Amino acid sequence: MTIDKSEKRVIMITLALIGLFVFSLLYAKNKYRSDVPECLPYDKAYTVPKVNKLDEKTYQVFSVASMWQFEPSEIYIPVGSEVDFYLTSKDVVHGFNIAQKNVNMMAVYGAINKTTVKFDKPGVYDIICHEYCGIGHQNMRAQVIVNYPEAK
Amino acid sequence: MQVTKTFKRIIFLELAIPVALLTLGVYHGLMQTVYRAGVLHQTSFAKLDYYQGLTLHGVINAIVLTTFFAVAFGNVTMAFYFKKEPNKKLMWLSFALMLTGTLMAAWAMLAGKASVLYTFYPPLKAHPLFYLGAALLIVGSWVPLFDWASMYRKWKKENPEVKTPLAVLGTLINFIIWFVCTLAVAYEVLVLLIPWSMGWTDTVNVNLARTLFWFFGHALVYFWLLPAYIMFYTILPKVAGGKLYSDLAGRISLFLFLLFSIPVGVHHQYSDPTITQGVKFFHGMLTYGVAIPSFITAFTIAASLEYAGTKRGRKGLFGWMKKLPWFEENKFLFGYFICGLILFVFGGVTGIINASYSLNSVIHNTAWMPGHFHMTVAGPVFLGIVGMSLYIYAKMSGKKIFLPKINTIIPYMWMIGMLIFSFGMSWGGLRGEPRRTNLGLTYLNPDNIQYRSDWVPTTTIALLGGIIMFLAGMFFIIVFFGTMLGKKKEEAELELPVSEAYHDEKRIPLFDKFKPWLVTMIIIILFAYIPALLNVNKNSGPKSPRYNINNPVPEASTNSHPDSKSVSLK
Repeated sequence: MTIDKSEKRVIMITLALIGLFVFSLLYAKNKYRSDVPECLPYDKAYTVPKVNKLDEKTYQVFSVASMWQFEPSEIYIPVGSEVDFYLTSKDVVHGFNIAQKNVNMMAVYGAINKTTVKFDKPGVYDIICHEYCGIGHQNMRAQVIVNYPEAK
Repeated sequence: MQVTKTFKRIIFLELAIPVALLTLGVYHGLMQTVYRAGVLHQTSFAKLDYYQGLTLHGVINAIVLTTFFAVAFGNVTMAFYFKKEPNKKLMWLSFALMLTGTLMAAWAMLAGKASVLYTFYPPLKAHPLFYLGAALLIVGSWVPLFDWASMYRKWKKENPEVKTPLAVLGTLINFIIWFVCTLAVAYEVLVLLIPWSMGWTDTVNVNLARTLFWFFGHALVYFWLLPAYIMFYTILPKVAGGKLYSDLAGRISLFLFLLFSIPVGVHHQYSDPTITQGVKFFHGMLTYGVAIPSFITAFTIAASLEYAGTKRGRKGLFGWMKKLPWFEENKFLFGYFICGLILFVFGGVTGIINASYSLNSVIHNTAWMPGHFHMTVAGPVFLGIVGMSLYIYAKMSGKKIFLPKINTIIPYMWMIGMLIFSFGMSWGGLRGEPRRTNLGLTYLNPDNIQYRSDWVPTTTIALLGGIIMFLAGMFFIIVFFGTMLGKKKEEAELELPVSEAYHDEKRIPLFDKFKPWLVTMIIIILFAYIPALLNVNKNSGPKSPRYNINNPVPEASTNSHPDSKSVSLK
């Protein structure tokens, strides 16, 4: 079987390109700790909304999504905090998107989602529900308030 | 070739019914962009709710139109290449099942009892007829595969040393992918959702349902795409005035799709709980595998078009482009195909971004996603479907195209509208604009506390694109039904353009049989999906009751089974 020269070339280029993509992904994963959400076994403890302060710069947030709100709805933290978000849903599927920080999770009944993010700059970060969850979906928003206007 | 009246009648119905429904689908497409841009600050318009409209838009355009067309085009392809019509009784059976299913689901959606979007994620509950309708539509589309497979086996027995025609190979592969992937969604619908929505069972495992849906959900996009690929390989080179650059490249691509279309579904669940990072990464890598046949196709088609331009007397390195039949009335298919392909370049590139594991966190469920998939499903898929529907209808009825000049302009208009729309959506997505959201009520309403002025430019651009596409869509519907209302002018026959191959490689047995590929396909699926399902099983907690779209309190349980009582007493 003979393969046309330009066809051979284009297949080599394709494979090289895909190799480059895979390398970039692994590089970003190691260097910037960019990863998809972590997978935890279900545990009822995470279904009670709260903010835990572990130390000055480390927080845990147990976020519970329901039709049509996030609890807690306002999260106050100081600049430079690292936050572990644990997420679940009381009812239908909801989304949890902090676009400025690339936090992107689904809140699902009977499941716990988790991701970690560091807030280096002061400001108000919108948490937006980005999965359709019924007639009030567009009202579902919470905020992370990083040292602004003053930490409560 | 001449075909019987019955064959014609079924094909015409399979083509015209979804095009008629398309009026609803296209209308709701426009309305999404109107609400989203903040032109309307209300929940509904003309008695149709935003989310109801979004459900209609998704189900009609992405499920009904695509499935009906795939069946019709498959019937036409088989009949044309084997010079023998498929079994009429089975054709009627398949059509009747699909139509009944569509009517059931359409009733549920129009009555406002199934505003759950086309992904119908539980525990949002739809009316049982919505699920049953979807199941009937799918089962109806299984029927022809078994008839075509027996036609193929008979033909192969008589022609063991002849290469299977590429279009036939593509059709069979497409419906095999479809059959395998829809087994999962059939299980989801028939075993998990219908009994739950009827109240026979009280709860459903949401994570399992999502995973089963996406076993089907990504292969679904290849089921949309492969008919377009078949057109690009076997019809486009001929219409352009050239030859298919390589016949073998087409076969290799098709078999690679068979292997990689299904075991990649978890890349839609990167943001989901219950599935480990390892399984997600593995599915991401397999998704790159499915990029290979698309790259091969891009090269082969481009080379075929260059050859066509050369044959038509090119000058200079890029001069071949000038020689292609961009606006020729009797070669109008070229416009539909090339506009689809241009959109698909962007659709493909954004698709690779989406598949790229952690990069997906930037855009998952934002407006970027519809920005991406409209350049695939509403690009080559939609344009291929409508262009080909018109072509087949005109040939088989012997009628002249209504408004032929406008017909050559429609695809370009559509493409320009789509590029503008997708630019707005992609940009908005990068700024965190959510998809599937009635933005006009809150985020795009200056009087609302949630107002986001930074989404005004992006949603306005999308609105502009939406208006242009709506006009193009309406022009097509006028041309299609105008053609139908016309008088018979020419001899009616079933005829498809057939591209010869420039490199017509001799038959390689491996690329002319199914068994080794089917076995490999099943092995890869098991490797990809057993870990995913074990994950879901291990990490899922309690199952969920039924929720309606307008009530945070679940429906009361109806099941008085002694087990469920004892559980609730604890």
